[in-house]
Order: sequence, then structure tokens, then C-alpha cells
Amino acid sequence: MGLVVGTFSMQTKQVNYRKDKVDDDLEMTMVCHRPEGLGQLEALTNFNKRELQVLYRGFKNECPSGVVNEDTFKQIYSQFFPHGDASPYAHYLFNAFDTEHSGSIKFEDFVTALSILLRGSVREKLQWTFNLYDINHDGYINKEEMTDIVRAIYDMMGKYTYPALKNDSHKQHVEAFFRKMDKNRDGVVTLDEFILSCQEDENIMRSLQLFENVI
Amino acid sequence: MAGVSAWLPFARAAAIGWMPVANGPMPVAPRDHSKRKDELIVLNVSGRRFQTWRTTLDRYPDSLLGSSEKEFFFNEETKEYFFDRDPDSFRSILNFYRTGKLHYPRYECISAYDEELAFFGIIPEIIGDCCYEEYKDRKRENVERLQDDQEENKDLKLPNMTARETMWRAFENPHTSTMALVFYYVTGFFIAISVLTNVVETVPCGTSTQQKEVPCGERYTVAFFCMDTACVMIFTVEYLMRLFAAPSRYHFMRSVMSIIDVVAILPYYIGLVMTDNEDVSGAFVTLRVFRVFRIFKFSRHSQGLRILGYTLKSCASELGFLLFSLTMAIIIFATVMFYAEKGSSSTKFTSIPASFWYTIVTMTTLGYGDMVPKTIAGKIFGSICSLSGVLVIALPVPVIVSNFSRIYHQNQRADKRRAQKVQKARLARIRIAKTGSTNAFLQSKRSGLLDELLELTGTEADEQKLSKSVSLLESQHYHLLYCLEKTTAHEFVDEQAFEQNNLETALQSYTSPSPSPSSSHGESTSTCCGCRARRKNTALPEPDPGPSPGSKPPYHHHHPQRGPLQELSAIHIQCVDPASHKTSRSSLNQKAEDGGRVNCRRGQVTTAIISLQTPPALTPEGDGLHGAPHQRRPPPPPIPPQAPPSIQTMSSSHIVKVSAL
Repeated sequence: MGLVVGTFSMQTKQVNYRKDKVDDDLEMTMVCHRPEGLGQLEALTNFNKRELQVLYRGFKNECPSGVVNEDTFKQIYSQFFPHGDASPYAHYLFNAFDTEHSGSIKFEDFVTALSILLRGSVREKLQWTFNLYDINHDGYINKEEMTDIVRAIYDMMGKYTYPALKNDSHKQHVEAFFRKMDKNRDGVVTLDEFILSCQEDENIMRSLQLFENVI
Repeated sequence: MAGVSAWLPFARAAAIGWMPVANGPMPVAPRDHSKRKDELIVLNVSGRRFQTWRTTLDRYPDSLLGSSEKEFFFNEETKEYFFDRDPDSFRSILNFYRTGKLHYPRYECISAYDEELAFFGIIPEIIGDCCYEEYKDRKRENVERLQDDQEENKDLKLPNMTARETMWRAFENPHTSTMALVFYYVTGFFIAISVLTNVVETVPCGTSTQQKEVPCGERYTVAFFCMDTACVMIFTVEYLMRLFAAPSRYHFMRSVMSIIDVVAILPYYIGLVMTDNEDVSGAFVTLRVFRVFRIFKFSRHSQGLRILGYTLKSCASELGFLLFSLTMAIIIFATVMFYAEKGSSSTKFTSIPASFWYTIVTMTTLGYGDMVPKTIAGKIFGSICSLSGVLVIALPVPVIVSNFSRIYHQNQRADKRRAQKVQKARLARIRIAKTGSTNAFLQSKRSGLLDELLELTGTEADEQKLSKSVSLLESQHYHLLYCLEKTTAHEFVDEQAFEQNNLETALQSYTSPSPSPSSSHGESTSTCCGCRARRKNTALPEPDPGPSPGSKPPYHHHHPQRGPLQELSAIHIQCVDPASHKTSRSSLNQKAEDGGRVNCRRGQVTTAIISLQTPPALTPEGDGLHGAPHQRRPPPPPIPPQAPPSIQTMSSSHIVKVSAL
């Protein structure tokens, strides 16, 4: 009986509407985004024309539509870390790159962030990193946010490590971090505390300069 | 990975996000000495010129175009790379470099395409999902066609087969020899005779004196019995011969055809054995029904019948669905009809099971008319029943039909099972290629190449060595992974090493961490080869996590020794310039608060004992040890271990983890 009822109740009109909606969605993803001109980008960032060309070619190759959405971003980033799961960290990175929170990264966002990371001043780099850690953008890094970030970093290591990862490895790491950074012991790290503590640490200072010559 | 090599700068830049979290210094980045601009390469394939960026080709360094192998094809006069191959196929190969996806063009011949792929060093398994099925289908067809051709040729060959094998081949392929053909036709003839006999046996032939029609079987009992005996003789002989000739008797006995054979001849023998007993004669009669199974023996003679059988087998799920839905509908409608007709008098719908018959007859639109509803409600529901029956039966039938035609055309047997195996093999190969890249990092760590890269000097020798072993792209990728290791203060190891470490943690107790080389001498004699060191590792004490938070990896430092066979118990904590790296060491090593002192014995015991067999080679071999002294470092410290446990080194700022394999 159910079969009979089901047969009779199938309405062709509904099917058509659903199909149209799918077509609309497909069309939207085909929309292309073109970045601003080369000259403008050169003015906005610290790259020269040739570097921008190289960057754009790579960008467009991977994302022909001109924008990166989060899934593609995660996929690309995961290819560099085959051992573990890079998607949590990629998620935070994506939010840090996507300054307007539009859900996709355009080439300008991409290149602006790279310009800060590779060619910016120390303060700019540290500010960018603070932004990365401050997940909810309230101006403070608290323990939960830091734990999430550190756990994401540890996830990239995967399972097979030496020594073996324990469940609270990252928690201890976070404790160490807060001991170093949180000067007034109020449980959160502000931008100034962060910048100050990083400037005191030679290792961090040196490692910030590590990727100067990447492009 | 190589497809997104253009994003490596981005990944490295993003690594700045780890820096404040890390507790130690990061390794030095490899420097890109060749600051050449990205140049266009011209590839001349049989006259057609393709141009692309050099970096595009560098994406896949393990193929011909991406490696230095293409230099063999470089033409000095025209400054281009000339390949004497098919330009049409080259199009898809070059597109692979550009887009990262390999497509299979349908107009291309499968073997020609395979050859091109093999020439350019690309494995076919990375054909994209869009084209992979087509590729595999064509390949399978090709292989089968070639096999068929080969088999026909093969039938003429093979002179030294035993009698048994000849017989089996004769049974399976009747066209191989005339004897086989004769046998084939004879058995076919007798099957037909036997079936005909069974049929005619029941026909009433003529009247006898009793004014009653008797079936022929009872009139000409002897004749029919002789006929039956003859047929059964032939079938038995055939079955025994097949059983004898079969390469695997157990498999043969389990096969469908042999079961049919047995069932066909069994009733006769059972009939012989049983006497003309009144009680069992009834059962004997039913046994005769099984004689009709002889008709299935025809399936050996008919390809179509076999395909029908396979179709039904492969459509088992559709048939099951049909049966299930029919059963559901029958029960529903029978119930409804029974209750609808309950009121009317002298109704045939006496119970629900009795209504089943009406429902089945109606749903299959047979309509015998022996049971008809009389009430109005019954008639209404009866019509609904017949309408729905048409729909339910019509639904699975096209599926079965299409299955039959598919199998018939492609002539495949057990094709789903084979496809699964192929898919598994393909995934396995891709996984191997991927783990190849994963393991490449671990391997290059072990072979100490990383140190080379991290401390590149500007000399020619080093650069050549570098380009020979690992490309700049890979070195940058490894540097990135190395930074991650430093940030989290853990290291990558491969699966076996991980398992081994787990075992060791479980088995070992924390003994005093002072293995003198003499005592460890006996245990270790492991060679330089990392693999062997792995296996001999079991008897060593485990690092004691101790009071420190988290698990910081103990670092061994191992220095090149001038002496011959030196046993080093690799317990040495990293020895660095006291001035610069104090803070880092303190966070890494639990005991290294005293910056300058390098008492390597205390605390961290590691689990690898390495023995150097050769004087430090100037090139790193593919062994587990770091052997090469660097030119930048002060002359390699040949400090022999006077106080064996505490071996000091000069300042060397890098850390070599000879992993506890």
C-alpha cells in the first residue's frame, strides 16, 4: 500500500524546482574574481612585480575561480603535512587570512598577508600572529584559545612521533607559553604583553626572520 | 604534493604562526642559491613545440621531465629539448604537469598511451577519477582480447601435457580435438534423448484391453528402462572421467555443474537400490522428478544458458527486492480482501492464506477467475490490487534485463570481484607513492642530509651534491617539517619505529643510565645501517621522563670520529655553544641548566647504539648516521672518548637526532 501511495503522491513540479535551485548554485560558483591591477598591488604590498607574478600564477593554478574557500585551503595546506591532520590549524590560518570574514580568500588578502609575514616589520609580524591566536578577535588570548591553537599544531604531527604524544602534551606547552607571556598573571595575554614577551626572547626574534628569502 | 608546490612559500610563511609557541630555536632555512628567474623551456616533440615554465616541470621530480633525465634530450644547437615521440599523447602528459591531473583521451589507443606514460616516467594510477574507469575498462578489454588470442595459439602448443591434463582440456574446450568434439556431441545427444524419454514416458499411448488409458511408461516398461539405463551409464562414465581429469578434485566436486550431474543420475541408482516396496514407492516417484535436472546439463553446451545463470546470480539483490516487495503487497492485500469479503455469504475467501492465492493471481494479472470478490468494497480493493501489481513487477525487470545485456556483451565473469581487487591495488599503489614522500622526509633525516642542507656553504661541491640528492623544493619542505618538529618538541618517526618504541616503553624498566661502551659493546655491534640498528635495539634502557613536564626528546649528538670502530653510546645531549643557546637547551633538556657543562651521561638515556665502521666519510651515505664533517665547522673534533661516558664536542650548533629505531 505504501508503494501505491508513494507512487501517486510524487509530484513532478517539486522535482523541477529542486533542480533549478541546484543549477543556480552551480552558476554562482563559476563566478570569477579578478584581482586589482599589478601596479596597485605592488603599491599595497612589499613585493615587486616579478614576485607578484609568480605568486599569482601559483594561486590561479590552484584556484581558477580566483578565490579560495576554506575546503580548498585546508586541502592545499594538508598536502604539506602528510603525517597528521592539518585541517584545524588550516582553519585558524584561514580565519587569519580572511580579514573581512567573507568565507573566501581573494588574491589581495592572500598577498597582503604574505607581505606582512615575509616582508613586514617585527611588530607587524607579531601583530599578525597575535591575530591568529586570538580566535574570537576580542583583543585577548585566553587559555582556551591557546589550547586550541596548540592542539591544532600538535595534530599536524600525526600519530607516529618520537616520543609518543600524550594527551596532555599540548596542555603543558600552553602552560609554558602562558608563564612566559602573561606578565601580569591575569590569565589572558594582551597584544602589548605578547609583543613585549616575544621581543625579549631571542629565539623567537631570530625565528621570525627565518623565512625572509622565501619568495 | 608537487601540484601545490607553488603554495610552498605560503606554507612556510604561515609557519611564522608557530614561532611564539615554540620553545627552542628553529633550524636554519635552506638558501636558494640559484636566484635565476623562472624561465621558459621549449619542448620539441616530433616537430611540435610546447613551451612551459621550468618550475611547472619541476613539480614532479620523479618523472622524466621533472628530473635531470631530460638533459639527455637537450639539443645544444637549438637550445630545446627534443623528444621523438607522439605529440598528441604528449599533450595530456604536459597537461598533467600543468594541472596536476592526468587525463586519458578516449581516442587514444590504450597500449600506445601506456607506452608514452612509461617513457615519461608517470605511473598510470594517478589518472584522475574522471578518466580512471574508462582507462581501466579499456585496459581490461585489451588484456582479455590479447589473452583470448593467446589461448587460441596456446591450444596448438604444449605438447608435453599429461594424459590427465589433455583430457581436462578436451572436456573444457571441445574444439581442441576431434575426439573432444565427438564426445561433446554424443553427450549432448544423450541428454536430449534422456529428457525426451522422461517426457514421453507420461504420455498416454493407446488403450489396452482394460479400457483405460495408460501412459507409455507403464506399457513399454522394459524399453524405457533400457533407455534410462543407457543414458545413466553414459552420464556416470562422463562424470567419473571429469572427476578423474579435474586438476582440483575438491573444487570440481563443489562446482555447480558437477552437482547437477550428480543430482541427475542419483535417482536412478536410488531406484535400483530400493526394492518395490509399497511404502517407499511414493518417495521413489518423487525422486524421479529430479531426473528433469538433466536438462540443466545442457548449460555446458550453451553459452547463453550460462550467461543467464550468471545474470540471475548478479541480480540477486534486485530479485530479492522484487520478492520482498511482492510478499509485502500480497500480505497487505490478502488481509484487506479477507476482511472486505468476510461479510458476503458463501465466499471463497475463507482465511487470509486462502486470499493469498487471489492476490497473487490478481497482481500478476493472471486472473483465473476461480476466486472473485462479490462485495463492493472487495471489488474496489481488488482493482487497486491489480493496478499496484503491475507497477511493482514492472520496476525491477528493466534492471535485470540491462544486467543481462551488459554481461552478455562484455562477457565478464565475477566482474564485481575483479573490479574491487583492481581498486584496492590502485589505492595501494597511490598510498605507496604518498608514503614514499612521507618516508622520504624520515629517510633524509636519517641519512643526515638535513644537516647538509641546513648548513649550506657557498661552495660548488656542496651545491652539486645538493642538487644531486634533493631538490630545493624538497629541502624547503623538509625544513618546514623540521620547524614543526621543533615547535612541538616531538619528532616524526615511521610506523615501525613507533611500534617499537611503544613496545620498549612497555617492556623496559628504568635502569641507571650509564651504559659504558664496553658493556654496550657486546650488545650493539650494530652496523651503520639504520635498519639493522633498529632491530638490535631491544635491550636498552628507556629514557626516563622524570620530573620534567611533557616528554622532551633526548637528543643524541654524534660526532665524526677519526678512529676505527668506535662505539658510541648515543646518550649525548646536544652540545652547543654555551653562550648562544643556553635558553633553548634549558627548555629542551631537563638537566642542562648548567649551560657550559656537557656531562652527557646524566639523565637522558637514549636507545640507539651506533657504531661507526668507517672513518667519517666525507659524503653521507644512506646510513643512519651523520658522517660528514662540515667545512664550516672547525676541524672535526677527533676527541676519543677517554672518559667514555662523557664525550665532549666542539661547538656545533645543529642537532642530529639519530632516531631511536
